[in-house]
Amino acid sequence: MPVSLLWAVDVYGRVYSLSTAGQVWEQCRDAQMEFKRVTAAQQCCWGIACDNNIYLNIHASDLPVRYQEETYENQRWNPVDGFSERLLPSDRWQWSDVTGLQHQPLDNFRLPSISWEWEGDWHADENFEGEPTEKGGWTYSMDFPATYTKDKKWNSCVRRRRWLRYRRYKAMDTWAKIPPQQTMLPDPFSDISCGGWEISDEPSGRLSLWAVSLQGKMWFREGINHHNPEGSLWEEVPLPAEVVQISCGPGDLIWAVLWEGQFIVREGISRDCPKGTSWAVVDSPSPDVAATHVAVGMNVVWALTKDNKVWFRRGVNSHNPCGSGWINMVGEMIMLNVGLNDQVLAISCEDRAVYFRQGVTSSELSGKTWRAISVPRDGDRSHSSASASSLQSAGCYFCGEVRAQSVVSDVESDTDKGSLDGASHLVASISPISPESFVDAPTDHSEEPIDTPKAPVLEEEPIPGEEEVEAPSAGVAISSMATYTLAIEDQYGADEHPLWAWVSGGGCSVDSHSQLNWFNSLVQSVQSMSLSVTPAQTAAWRKQIFEQLSERTKREMDNFRHYEQAIEQSVWVKKGTMQWWRDWKPHKWIDVHFALEQFSGPEGNKDGILFIYYNFYEEKKYLHAFINEVTILVPVLNDSKHSFAIYTPERTKQRWPIRLAAATELEMHDWLALLSDSCCNSRGIQGPPSKQAAWSVTCKGDIFVCEPSPSLEAMPYPTPCDQMFWRQVGGHLRVVECNSVGIVWGIGYDHTAWVHTGGYGGGFSQGLASSTDNLYTQVDVKSVYIYENQRWNPVSGYTNRGLPTDRYMWSDASGLHECTKTNMKPPSPQWTWVSEWAIDYSISGGTDREGWQYAADFPASYHGYKTLKDFVRRRRWARKSKLTSTGPWQEIPPISLIDVTILPCAAQSSVDVVPLWAISNKGDVLCRLGVTTLTPAGFSWLHVGTDQPFKSISVGAASQVWAIAKDGSAFYRGSVSPQSPAGPGAKMYCWYHIPSPGKQKLKQVSVGRTSVYTVDENGNLWYRHGVTPSYPQGSSWEHISNNVRKVSAGPLDQVWIIADKVQGSQSLSCGTVCHRLGVQPVEPKGQSWDYGIGGGWDHITVRGNSMEPPRLPSLTAPAPPSPLPVRNMEVNGNAVGC
Amino acid sequence: MADDKDVLRDVWFGRIPACFTLNQDEVTEREAEPYYLLLPRVSYLTLVTDKVKKHFHKAMRAEDAEEMWFEYEGTPLKWHNPIGVLFDLHASNTVLPWSITVHFKNFPERELLHCPSNSVIEAHFMSGIKEADALKHKSQVVNDMQKKDHKQLWMGLQNDKFDQFWAINRKLMEYPTDEGGFRYIPFRIYQTTSDRPFIQKLFRPTSPEGTAHTLGDLLREMYPVALPTDGEPKRYQVVIQGIEPLPETPLQWLSEHLSHPDNFLHICVTPVPSD
Repeated sequence: MPVSLLWAVDVYGRVYSLSTAGQVWEQCRDAQMEFKRVTAAQQCCWGIACDNNIYLNIHASDLPVRYQEETYENQRWNPVDGFSERLLPSDRWQWSDVTGLQHQPLDNFRLPSISWEWEGDWHADENFEGEPTEKGGWTYSMDFPATYTKDKKWNSCVRRRRWLRYRRYKAMDTWAKIPPQQTMLPDPFSDISCGGWEISDEPSGRLSLWAVSLQGKMWFREGINHHNPEGSLWEEVPLPAEVVQISCGPGDLIWAVLWEGQFIVREGISRDCPKGTSWAVVDSPSPDVAATHVAVGMNVVWALTKDNKVWFRRGVNSHNPCGSGWINMVGEMIMLNVGLNDQVLAISCEDRAVYFRQGVTSSELSGKTWRAISVPRDGDRSHSSASASSLQSAGCYFCGEVRAQSVVSDVESDTDKGSLDGASHLVASISPISPESFVDAPTDHSEEPIDTPKAPVLEEEPIPGEEEVEAPSAGVAISSMATYTLAIEDQYGADEHPLWAWVSGGGCSVDSHSQLNWFNSLVQSVQSMSLSVTPAQTAAWRKQIFEQLSERTKREMDNFRHYEQAIEQSVWVKKGTMQWWRDWKPHKWIDVHFALEQFSGPEGNKDGILFIYYNFYEEKKYLHAFINEVTILVPVLNDSKHSFAIYTPERTKQRWPIRLAAATELEMHDWLALLSDSCCNSRGIQGPPSKQAAWSVTCKGDIFVCEPSPSLEAMPYPTPCDQMFWRQVGGHLRVVECNSVGIVWGIGYDHTAWVHTGGYGGGFSQGLASSTDNLYTQVDVKSVYIYENQRWNPVSGYTNRGLPTDRYMWSDASGLHECTKTNMKPPSPQWTWVSEWAIDYSISGGTDREGWQYAADFPASYHGYKTLKDFVRRRRWARKSKLTSTGPWQEIPPISLIDVTILPCAAQSSVDVVPLWAISNKGDVLCRLGVTTLTPAGFSWLHVGTDQPFKSISVGAASQVWAIAKDGSAFYRGSVSPQSPAGPGAKMYCWYHIPSPGKQKLKQVSVGRTSVYTVDENGNLWYRHGVTPSYPQGSSWEHISNNVRKVSAGPLDQVWIIADKVQGSQSLSCGTVCHRLGVQPVEPKGQSWDYGIGGGWDHITVRGNSMEPPRLPSLTAPAPPSPLPVRNMEVNGNAVGC
Repeated sequence: MADDKDVLRDVWFGRIPACFTLNQDEVTEREAEPYYLLLPRVSYLTLVTDKVKKHFHKAMRAEDAEEMWFEYEGTPLKWHNPIGVLFDLHASNTVLPWSITVHFKNFPERELLHCPSNSVIEAHFMSGIKEADALKHKSQVVNDMQKKDHKQLWMGLQNDKFDQFWAINRKLMEYPTDEGGFRYIPFRIYQTTSDRPFIQKLFRPTSPEGTAHTLGDLLREMYPVALPTDGEPKRYQVVIQGIEPLPETPLQWLSEHLSHPDNFLHICVTPVPSD
């Protein structure tokens, strides 16, 4: 889980943050003045300072906040001057926006605030719809407005070009003032709350910011997003009465507290209307006591009343934002805040400590107990001895009526500000609420005694082992002398007391499973003990044990090896029952007995045979496979079977694995762990993957690694790739890339970047086949999609009544399978839902405001607006599911990636910097700094400017960088040297635009030693012809193959692909690993394909394999290219399937 | 640096060379040659000495052979302690091979348990595992196991199958990641200088403050004299699996890596030899 921050303000107005990985409150030294309130999102924190201005603190990221300004220069042709700035009176401005309606000369562009700076000067854009234009970037047309082309024609009367300039937000990691609005009244803000980022992804980084003024008015900040983090202007929100405090959740919940002590709840919040439309009133939980404070999350509302009681609102969700009733909770608090994942933080009324609500889960939103966060502040250590005793007494002192005094004195120190600490201000100013009946809000006291924040927990001790010990020791010895101590959990009393005024968890990503070190600074993480982090490994005690064990072996065994062993070795058999997808038609699952017989092989290696016993017409038969011939074990989890596939070279050729299903997931994992251990043993493979290893990923996200044999790239007889042995590595990834010095990076389905830790195992193979360290929890999130389909009829318009021939009204993308919101399950039992169904507006083709896409009929191409010819429409619903596994991967937060590439050749030493490039999920090109074999994660990103978003990138052995833009065009980046990896000055014009092959849109590129290969969106594989050291861009694209999904070119210029399925199958996804044969310096394109493991493979990288094959004298003519295997089109042919 | 898993293998495959000689008082028909054998440290004497029994039976009349028992320098060897413990406790400073005397008469009823069959060893072994899991996991793991898993543990020990044993035993070595280790460490401290069979008390792997307890912490509480005092020569050897771990070794790690198959950490405290 990435590190995130909890923000808080103490009673003296000092701002602190506490990292989820940290154990100390760090003071925000940058803050020039005291703050009253803070409200945090993951990317930033807003605050009200004591000068009553609003300040914004954006967390620095390697990815700059950058805004592209654009304007168009328009020209018309006349016979005298040719093209000139002399336009007709009816024409647009000479400098205008894209529509021509706005006058936009270059010097009209101003920086919006002092927090911005220009990145460079204006320059003309020389790309036009994915194609390079002539110098100057002009595009031509007959007249304004019309279709423009990049070529000048005889009838081109007008031309225009686009000018670009970038500005950059520079005030990162510092509190920057939001310029006050001229029209605002001199009414200072008293409360602020941000949220709403879950409502819509469009535009990216969108936030809702709400503020309340001292006079009880409410304001909404318009236009906040990633490119405009400060927002544009404040807009007043009409209110039924004066408001004192507001809370805005990550989704569509917004509650506020009125001066009179009731709540108002915002209604009508939607994607199109994040501001909402109207207010509903909810009464205070207690008829006599006014509400003072409210905090909302995604699905929860917590509140406080004037008597400091804590209340939880029942039945809150987006359809019913008001909820149904109050439950009184334990604890007395003065302030509450709901962070991410509906986790709750509070400030206690008694000691002003920050409490975290433990045990809040999606099924138990009210949590279990309050637990005080007891970590020191960073300044505490220097004067801890002096302050410890006095602060302790201050903790007792700081309660009840005395509190008001202290706040007053605090305010007096800055009298002209007229500000009051929020909570105590409320206490002073709230008038008694009118007595109203509580028909809809029954007070439920049943949960009252469920917890208490400080009661010590007594554990009951069982009396162990009485009966067990008796049998052997009776008559010989007295039973074991156990004494029973009652362990009382220590009370984690902090020795000093910070006094908190406000806390905000809006940027703090924790959940009930997070391991936080906030509560007891002495608790050691478990890794340091048994997963043995590096310092422990080098500890003297460990060294001593290893040394003494080897001495013991020498002393007790080395001279006596000729002695007879007390226990004779024998064959070990493990048996079980499973189901087998039988080989003959009709294919079905049949019950079989399954046995693995293991024995010691001739060279001491363990070997084994696998037997599958089945009945065939009452006759007992069996099928067997030698463990040393198994090439891969692939888990094939789906929602009904816990199954896995076993391949041998022969089975790979047949495209027909042995498919087995276990009764439970646990049983399957036990078998997989045992079988893979047995396979690795029989091949003598152990420990972490080598630097030369090939990595691949299936469409289920499973990761496999293969140790290449030296003759894998041999000529003319390479190792057939169906004989390659793949073993699984724990974790879940969509992309994995490596190089030959052992640097391996991966990207998850949720675009999280991961680096390989050098470990192995994880996943199911916990235990002996895993490394003992370097394994971490890995979380991945992916969306499951279903489609709602409708047909138009003249009577009722679009309805869910289709024609009898139509697809299901709720279906998958193909329309062939019925998929409803209720019957859809997560992809496999390993996945769990983490969100509700929501309309997905980001589908390609665009949607209307309700998410619909229209078409003439099913199936067709859909568009996001309705025309007269459209008789059907569909919309996509998405639901997120989450998988948690373990693997040798460590997260590289915070930037999400879609592609990554590592220089493939060997580095000279372990401190040499290895170029690593990546594309962020927003399309930014990034270069990782500080990547070496010792620090494979590097330390930061360098952003490399481009004029358009990119989607694929590859760096070759000579540091040449090729990339594909989102519009499908290719770019080559010149003069990239190892010394300045991002090229001279990291300016955008270093990119050479390379025309795409035959109007195809490219989607992926891979660069080997010298070869450049690309794949286009229609599955064609292209080779770049004519690349020479003096002309590195090459001259033309040459077609190699079709039905290709991915390509990986390695440091030997070897070429491997994922070949896509042959058209005509119903199956949506299948991929096969293929190896290009006959590649040699004189014939870099190779001759034919050799087919390896598949289908169901999504990705391969061979960029680690720089082992030169043994040179054989060419005895005979090259072997004839192996014929394409006949593809088995059975469903079973794709073991992994989709 | 070697992997921690290598420790498990080293512990499992530890062997003690032994020379079995027949007691001179036994009635024999012909002279019985000594019998040499490599004994697994983690197994039990009566489980691995079928060959010894057969060898000496050949030299005796059937009616003269009662239940076999072993003795080293006058001390009857308790078969229900692991072989490695017997060796470390009684013979660690002897010259190898370890010379064990075989008896077929005068079974020392007051000192040894009878062992009529392997099923007695199995029951003893399994009860050890269950007791250890009661301490480690309130018996939750061992109770969740199926009968065949229990069998697999026993068969693994009986047939010297490391993988077979550890495929199941690893589950007994797991613990919730948010707790620093087991509930209590199953350990037994043996000594030659006392009549008590062993010391066994409740001891947690971590202190209430969350720091890891070490071997030294355990001894300080259970057997303080075993720890060397400053300025004095070492009086006691603390031996686990034939080696002397440093006092700062974390107890949880020892429990996971140096325990015997019965899941107990058997610690032998013997006086330093005077020579």
